[in-house]
Amino acid sequence: MKPEDLKYAKTHEWVAVDGDTATIGITDFAVQLLTDIVYLSLPTVGKKFAPGESMGEIESVKAVSDIYAPVRGEIVAVNQSLPDNLALLSDSPFEKAWIAKLRIADPTQLSQLMNRAEYLKHCEKDHH
Amino acid sequence: MAYLFDTPEQRRRMLEAIGISSIDELFTQIPAELQLKRELHLPEPVSELALEQDMTRRLGQGGTSAGICFLGGGVYDHFIPAVVDEITSRGEFYTAYTPYQAEASQGTLQAFYEYQTLISQLTGMDVSNASLYEGGTAVSEAVFMAMRVNGRHNKVVFAGTLHPEYRQVLETYFSRLGTTLVEIPHENGVITAEACRAAVDDQTCAVVMQQPNFFGCIEDITTLTEIAHAAGALAILAFDAVSPGLLKRPGEYGVDIAVAEGQPLGTPLQFGGPLLGIFTCRNEYVRKMPGRLIGKTTDRKGKECFVLNLQAREQHIRRDKATSNICTNQGLLALRTTVFLATVGPNGMRQMATLSHQKARYAASVLTKIPGVSLKFQQPFFREFVLQTSKPAEAVLSALTAKGINVGPHLSRFDLHNVSGMENCFLVALTEKRTREEIDGLAEALKAVLS
Amino acid sequence: MRNQTATQLLFQMSSPGRGTIVFPPSDVPAVSGVPELPAQCLGSAQLPLPEIAEPDVVRHFVNLSTLNMSVDSHFYPLGSCTMKYNPKRHERLARLPQAATSHPYQPESQLQGLLSVLYEMQHMLAEISGLPGVSLHPAAGAQGEFTALLTAAAYFRDRGENRTRVLFPASAHGTNPASAALAGFECVQLSGGKNGFVDLDELKAQLDDRTAVFMVTNPNTLGLFERDIAKVAQLLHDVGGLVYIDGANMNAILGKTRPGDFGGDMMHYNVHKTFTGPHGAGGPGAGPIAVRDFLAPFLPAPIVTYDAAKNWYSLSKPAKSIGQVRTFFGNVGILLRGYFYIRTLGGKGLREASELAVLNANYLLSQVKDFLEVPHGDRCMHEFVASGRKLKEETGVTTMDVAKRLLDYGFHAPTVYFPLVVEEALMMEPTETESQQTLDAFAATLRTICSEPAELVKGAPHSTAVCRPDEVNAARKPILCWSAPNC
Repeated sequence: MKPEDLKYAKTHEWVAVDGDTATIGITDFAVQLLTDIVYLSLPTVGKKFAPGESMGEIESVKAVSDIYAPVRGEIVAVNQSLPDNLALLSDSPFEKAWIAKLRIADPTQLSQLMNRAEYLKHCEKDHH
Repeated sequence: MAYLFDTPEQRRRMLEAIGISSIDELFTQIPAELQLKRELHLPEPVSELALEQDMTRRLGQGGTSAGICFLGGGVYDHFIPAVVDEITSRGEFYTAYTPYQAEASQGTLQAFYEYQTLISQLTGMDVSNASLYEGGTAVSEAVFMAMRVNGRHNKVVFAGTLHPEYRQVLETYFSRLGTTLVEIPHENGVITAEACRAAVDDQTCAVVMQQPNFFGCIEDITTLTEIAHAAGALAILAFDAVSPGLLKRPGEYGVDIAVAEGQPLGTPLQFGGPLLGIFTCRNEYVRKMPGRLIGKTTDRKGKECFVLNLQAREQHIRRDKATSNICTNQGLLALRTTVFLATVGPNGMRQMATLSHQKARYAASVLTKIPGVSLKFQQPFFREFVLQTSKPAEAVLSALTAKGINVGPHLSRFDLHNVSGMENCFLVALTEKRTREEIDGLAEALKAVLS
Repeated sequence: MRNQTATQLLFQMSSPGRGTIVFPPSDVPAVSGVPELPAQCLGSAQLPLPEIAEPDVVRHFVNLSTLNMSVDSHFYPLGSCTMKYNPKRHERLARLPQAATSHPYQPESQLQGLLSVLYEMQHMLAEISGLPGVSLHPAAGAQGEFTALLTAAAYFRDRGENRTRVLFPASAHGTNPASAALAGFECVQLSGGKNGFVDLDELKAQLDDRTAVFMVTNPNTLGLFERDIAKVAQLLHDVGGLVYIDGANMNAILGKTRPGDFGGDMMHYNVHKTFTGPHGAGGPGAGPIAVRDFLAPFLPAPIVTYDAAKNWYSLSKPAKSIGQVRTFFGNVGILLRGYFYIRTLGGKGLREASELAVLNANYLLSQVKDFLEVPHGDRCMHEFVASGRKLKEETGVTTMDVAKRLLDYGFHAPTVYFPLVVEEALMMEPTETESQQTLDAFAATLRTICSEPAELVKGAPHSTAVCRPDEVNAARKPILCWSAPNC
């Protein structure tokens, strides 16, 4: 997936939409900010989340962040191998390091998300 | 001031370097109207000698303060080998702080790693943290952790045989969080499977139990744990830290979290504090654990070493989302227990537990031969049991105290729900330190008091 | 010369079958007629603990101790931790029989001496804080915060008020929000103004009838006295809220000003810092709290009371007590050391201790400010925060590198990377129990390090037993327990 084709949340999740399924990961920018990631907890398949609700956690030596659901929906798949291959988060943030797939309950919420350019601008602002 | 270094001349030079002429100028940072204009009303300073004389007068009476001590209820008069005091008196240990700089703290870090391992070995649980405040708060922390594990916040079930002070702490900790605490009433001093089943449902976060329980009786923890697990609840066990020397280890019951008051393993009574909160759990819950953890790793040169680990769980990073607000561990007491367990080893633990048990059996046997004295609960016990006498316990214990023997606590001092007729009941606790002569002396004294 | 044999793990030193005998044989006969332990509750095998001879145990721990830096052996300017000298007299006095061997369920008649000391300690802490209600019960500072917040909640409930929010500045210790969350409050963080001071307008905007407590450390975590503290308190009191003073930095103001006098309604003490309980490699602490008179009825139980007519000390429960937050009375062993300290210094001595702590901090500041930036000015209370930002920009040497290099010179490092509001922070708290010579030597060493080749500093420490443990790997695959190698 090309970063340009993805949608982004302010909380640094990316979303790839395919039909009614959203694949979710966290951005290269967020991974860089967190530095050495040591742990990732995945959501449970079947669990439902509202937008902005924490569905998992990502932890570095000195910081922890929540992974937020970008839109309402139910988890249909998780990337089981990711917690044991955390290097993927920096090596392949938009491909192999996907975190979960979610069945979108309310597609209108997708319009709340940013495109790549908007997101990059947001990061710049966020960082200063 | 007693701990003074600088001469007036040095002080003058320091002020000069700062660019001021008096210390008072430094305190202009505090608005004048907020400054204390008088000296604190405190006792006049005293010399070391005078302090020692005064303290010896006030704190020094009676040789061993607790007399001949049959007191129980969570902390006990156990033997502490001299090695423990010697080692922990080393300034390199007790005047160091939290091992933030790993290179300057390998002594502490390795000792805590050894502590964690020793406690795992003692309990049969996967992981131990580097300790919490004491047993009672450890129970409450265990419940918080259980909530993080299974996400059930509404209901916690606890055994009516739990230490009443542990239960009090639990009630205080959860007083504002909307969690319902449900007590399982006991039957003849223990929790039955039926009573447990009746209390537990699919909303229950955890079942909190104690082994041996507050009354000293042995519970069927295996069955109670199965009931908890069948409902998707976690099993939390508070155990007597000496008991694994003779009884099953908490891990063998299949519980999820096991906690204990670690005082019996090398810490003096100190009127109940500081103590040592032992806290252990299954491996899969380690990131939900409260408190400090030490991990093994390697350094730049590939050398094995130790560091503070998984700090991201803790309050200084996670703030309001931390696994606990705890900042300290009971470092010095964890070290005491490390030295204690290293010194006594498996044989020592076995002896300590077995002696305590044998002496408790002997004591129960001779005491219940006295007319008007019986075991309150006809249950197997480990080192402590409830006696019922023909007279109010408070008066009986006072009379024994007058004879230099301390027994108790009497159960009417606690708010024990679902228990009647406790005014004539008290605990009797035994350790390896009590001799046959002392036990026989207690029997004689009790006989005299009751007749 | 390091003894590598003795610092192996205990478990590697074990020889199974050594059969250590610690206790005497049983002197009681086996009895019948008492319920027998059922077989299913008995342990099956010997505990898998190591078996080590006592002399080896001693050599092991003595050698481990030499791998530590400590106040007894090194200058330890760890900011916010008040690493002052731990008087040796305290250790001996704490072993007096009533202090060391009293059982918490012993009758009061045997504890009059101990209770009289604890009663006196309650009064001393009330006088030092200017807050009359004291509970010695909490186990540590963080538990003191939690206990005080529950006390406040009980007070509000008693008045029929439902206040849900606890406020604190961004520079607060992590325990503040953690305690507030634990006590069931909503946490509101303020970003704060210049020098980490409270921004009065920002605070005002957040205050309303939902406000329960504002938690603030004074002097703040930058080592600066909150000049507007009285106004802050007034704002809180105007909306019916309370002010909590985190007492972590009390060592700056003993006898100079009192939380009760500058508007605080509640506070905790860190006895192991301010009053020299041993830091114990991370504890135990003791976190007594002091509160205003109207909060006293809600304090946790037990407290010590005195009946003058009977000349009798006893334990009692305040009228509307929140109950217990821990088992038994409190961390008596630590409280007593604090008491010994206060007795040794008296009112004048405590005041002098704070004066010298502030003098030492300002002197150290004056000796480092020409080569290390101190962003918050050239005055401080008992500690100050320098920044290694420029050094990092110019040479790539970080604050962490400087901290590690200090170890090579036999100094413990300051607190680093806290508070977060200062880049590359180095927080230094020399305390009053250090001489000018020590401070000079430390400042000179820091100066040297700042001009050493970057490579050298980045490779530090060179002289310690280990160098820069891999924390990332440790956290990724935690090894928290030794296990026997597979045979």
